[in-house]
Amino acid sequence: MLQLPSLETLNMGAALPAISIAAWACILLLIDLWIPKDRKILTVYLAAGNLVFAFIANLLVFNQSGDSFMGMYVADQFSGVMNLIIIGTALLSIVLSFDYLKRVGIERGEYYVLVLFVTAGAMFMAAANDLILIFVALELLSIPLYVLSAFRAPDIRSEEAGMKYFLLGAFASAFLVFGGAMVYGATGTTNLNEIAASAGMIIASNSSTSLFLLLGAALLLVGLGFKVAAVPFHEWTPDVYEGAPTPVTAFMSVAAKLGGFGSLLRILVVGMSAVTMTAGEPAVWQNVVAILAGLTMIVGNIVALSQANIKRMLAYSSIANAGYILMAVAAAGSPGLANEATRGALVYMLAYMFTNMGAFAVVIAVERANGGADLEHFVGLGKARPMLAIMMVVFMMSLTGIPLTGGFIGKALVFATTLNAGLVWLAIIGVLTSVVSAYYYVRVIVNMFLRDAEASTEEATPGYSTGVQWVAAVALGGTVLLGVLPTLITVLTDRVSLVASITP
Amino acid sequence: MSPLQEFAPIAVLLIIAVLVAIIISIISRLFGPYKPTSRKVSPYESGMKPIGSASRRYSIRFYLVAVLFILFDIEVVFFLPWAVVFRDMGLYALAAMGVFTLVLTIGLIYEWKVGALEWE
Repeated sequence: MLQLPSLETLNMGAALPAISIAAWACILLLIDLWIPKDRKILTVYLAAGNLVFAFIANLLVFNQSGDSFMGMYVADQFSGVMNLIIIGTALLSIVLSFDYLKRVGIERGEYYVLVLFVTAGAMFMAAANDLILIFVALELLSIPLYVLSAFRAPDIRSEEAGMKYFLLGAFASAFLVFGGAMVYGATGTTNLNEIAASAGMIIASNSSTSLFLLLGAALLLVGLGFKVAAVPFHEWTPDVYEGAPTPVTAFMSVAAKLGGFGSLLRILVVGMSAVTMTAGEPAVWQNVVAILAGLTMIVGNIVALSQANIKRMLAYSSIANAGYILMAVAAAGSPGLANEATRGALVYMLAYMFTNMGAFAVVIAVERANGGADLEHFVGLGKARPMLAIMMVVFMMSLTGIPLTGGFIGKALVFATTLNAGLVWLAIIGVLTSVVSAYYYVRVIVNMFLRDAEASTEEATPGYSTGVQWVAAVALGGTVLLGVLPTLITVLTDRVSLVASITP
Repeated sequence: MSPLQEFAPIAVLLIIAVLVAIIISIISRLFGPYKPTSRKVSPYESGMKPIGSASRRYSIRFYLVAVLFILFDIEVVFFLPWAVVFRDMGLYALAAMGVFTLVLTIGLIYEWKVGALEWE
C-alpha cells in the first residue's frame, strides 16, 4: 500500500532556505515583466533581498537537523555550511553583475532570476539524499548556467560557450542518470542511506550485482566529474569560462563546483562508504578518486602555466582547485576520516569562493578600464591603480596557498587529511603542483608591479564601479579573515558530520 | 541464475524477428517478379524525393514553436500516470500536480508576455 505523506512528514520547514529561493525565482520572473527597463535595479534588490532572507533563515535552522520530502532532502550541518557558501556566492555575483550588464548592454531581469535558480539548484544538490533529487537539482543548477553562459548572445564567443557547455553538460547528465539507474538496479533503492545499508553486503557477495553497483558508482563519478571539471572531463572549462560574460564565469566557477562537490561527498561518503572489499579498509572508490585528483592537479596547474588570458588562466586554476578538493574527497574514503575530510573540503571551498570572486572582480575592473583580460592588460596596474593591484596580490597569494590567507588554511586542512588517510603520494603531488602554480600566480603580480606600461594610458574611465569595489573589498576581507582567524569558520564546520552513525 | 537469464525472452524475440525478415525477403525474391528501376530501388519516403540538400532553410520560428510544444507535451506525459493513481493518492496528488501546473503556468505567462507566442 502506498504510504501517503502528510504536511508533517513532508517537513518542508527544514528545506525552507532552498525552497524560498526557488519559489521566489518563479515569482520574480513574473514581477520582472512589469518592471520598466530603466528601473531594473529593482529586480536586483528583490533578488538580493531574497538571498539575504534565505541566508538568515539558514542560520536560524543551522542546528536543527531534519529531513524533508520523506528523506529525499536532508537539512544537516553539512548542507547548512554549504548553503551559507552558496548564498554568499550568489550575493557577491549579483552585486558584481549589475554594472557589468549595464556596461555591456545586456541588462535584463532574467539574469538575476537565472542566478536564483542556479543558487536553489546548488543548495538542493548539497542537501539531496536521493539519486532522483540529485539529478533534478543538477538540472536546476545546470540549465540556467547554460543560458547564462550565452547571455551576451550576439557575441559569438558567448554563444559558443553556451552551446559547448550545453552539449557537454547534457552528456554529463546522461552519464549521471545512467549511473543512478545502475545503482538502483543493484540496490533496489535511490535513497542514499538505504544504498549505504545494502552496498556493503552486495560488494561482499562478489556477484554480478556488485558489478552493476561499481559501474553505477563510476558513472555517477563521471557525471559529477564533468560538473566540477575534474581532469579527464575538463575539456569544456577553458572555452566556456573564457566565452561567458565575466560575472557569469565568476559565479559558475564557484556555484557549479559547490553543487557538484556537495553531491559527490554525499553520494560517496553517505551512500558508498561501506563499499569495501574487506571491512575496515578504505572504500574501493578511494583509489579512483585519488587518481582523478592527482591528474586534475597536474594537468590544471601545468596547462595554466602557458595561458596568456587571465580568464583562461583562472579557468585552469579552477580545474586545479577541483583537484585539491577531490584530494579531500579521496581522503574521505578512509574509515573514520570521512568527517575530517569533509570539514577540510568545506573550509577549502569557502576560501576558494572568497578568493575566486575577488580575483574575478579585479578582472572585471581591469576589463572595464583596459579593454581586455590578457596578461598584458595587467601591466603597470600597480602604479595606475595600487589598491586594485594590492587586492589582486592577496587573491593570487591565497590561490597559491601562502600563509595568512584563506587559501593556506584550506590547503593545510586538505593536505593534513590526505596524509592521515595514508595517501602520501597524493599529498606530494599536491605540494609539488602548488609550487608549480606559484609561477603563474606570481607572474600576474610581476606584470602588475615590476613591468611598466610603455605609454602610460591615462583613461577617463575609472577602474572600478561601486558594485565591483564592494565585492572586491568583501572578498579581500573574507580571504584575509579566514587566513588570520580560521576558527570563525571551523566553529561551524566542526559540527559537520556526514556519517555520524559509522564514526563516533 | 544470473540476471542476464531474465533477458532470454527478449533475445528469442530478437532472433525470431531477424529470421522472419530474412525469410520474407528470400521468399519474395524467389517467387516475385523482379524488374528494378531507379525509382523502385530508392528508399521509400512517403512518395517524396528521398535525396536532396540537407541544409534547406526554414523559418527559425518553427524552432521556438517546437521548444514550447515539447514543454507542454511533457506536461501531458506527466499527467497520464498521475491520472492513473489519482484516486488512490487523493489530496496529496492533487496538491503535487497543482504545484507542477502552477510552475508551468508561470512559464506560460512569461512566454506570453515576452511575445514568444506571437508569430510575427
